[in-house]
Amino acid sequence: MRNLFAFISGALFGAGLFISGMTDTAKVQGWLDVFGDWDPTLAFVMGGGILPMAVAWLLTKGRRPALGGEFPTPPAPKIGRNLVVGSVLFGMGWGLAGLCPGPSLASLSYGGFGHWLFVVAMLAGMMAAVPLRARLAEPAEA
Amino acid sequence: MIEQDWIWGFVGGLLIGLGGAVYLLVNGRVMGASGIVGGLVDGSGMRTVWERVAFIAGVILAPIPIYPIYRTVETHITSNVAVIIAAGLLVGIGTRLANGCTSGHGVCGISRLSLRGITATVFYIGAGGITMVLFRHVLGVI
Repeated sequence: MRNLFAFISGALFGAGLFISGMTDTAKVQGWLDVFGDWDPTLAFVMGGGILPMAVAWLLTKGRRPALGGEFPTPPAPKIGRNLVVGSVLFGMGWGLAGLCPGPSLASLSYGGFGHWLFVVAMLAGMMAAVPLRARLAEPAEA
Repeated sequence: MIEQDWIWGFVGGLLIGLGGAVYLLVNGRVMGASGIVGGLVDGSGMRTVWERVAFIAGVILAPIPIYPIYRTVETHITSNVAVIIAAGLLVGIGTRLANGCTSGHGVCGISRLSLRGITATVFYIGAGGITMVLFRHVLGVI
């Protein structure tokens, strides 16, 4: 059951990324390129995604997940070095290629060599992040 | 007059958010593409391997039946192999350091008004924008 609903969720996510145009690197770069021919589509995608999710978060109150277990507890609202450095690095890569993790997967079926190469490099980067993560981690607080 | 791309963006966004809502309300998990993939790559998510694999399969497979009937979204990824590899590495390292990408921090984080999600989003969009200025308008690489 868990796997079935994970598949359904992934399929909705993948279909949404494809239909919204976010698997097209030019649309993402067009959004980030404020000084070029700016394309606001990504803001509509974000807005469209946030609406059902906001409702979903409200529905978690006083309930349990349908398949049991607990809802994830929100992490402490702490802005650490990992969060900031990681997001900056991610943003640079996002701009360079116009792909982030979700769309890079959703475009594999038709994207050709460039998209496959990106995903392989991304997986390598994820591996490389393991030792970096520990090194960057904030010193323990007193 | 709202452009057609924006409407499709919003519709796709709703599907993305719906996918996130299913993953949260049914499976009790936060839908973050980089976390779901990263947990498989570095072994930190081994307890939920099949849930992750099923989600990823959904993301990859869903666009296949839509591709022939939907207005064709072609990719515009650069042919510069060095840029693709650098971008993939940056996205992989960055999203794992930051513990999230556009789906986890963006869609799922902002919708619960998470300080970490909003901060991450500001930094990766900012870094993406600066990257566009630098590499497109100054250096002319992308």
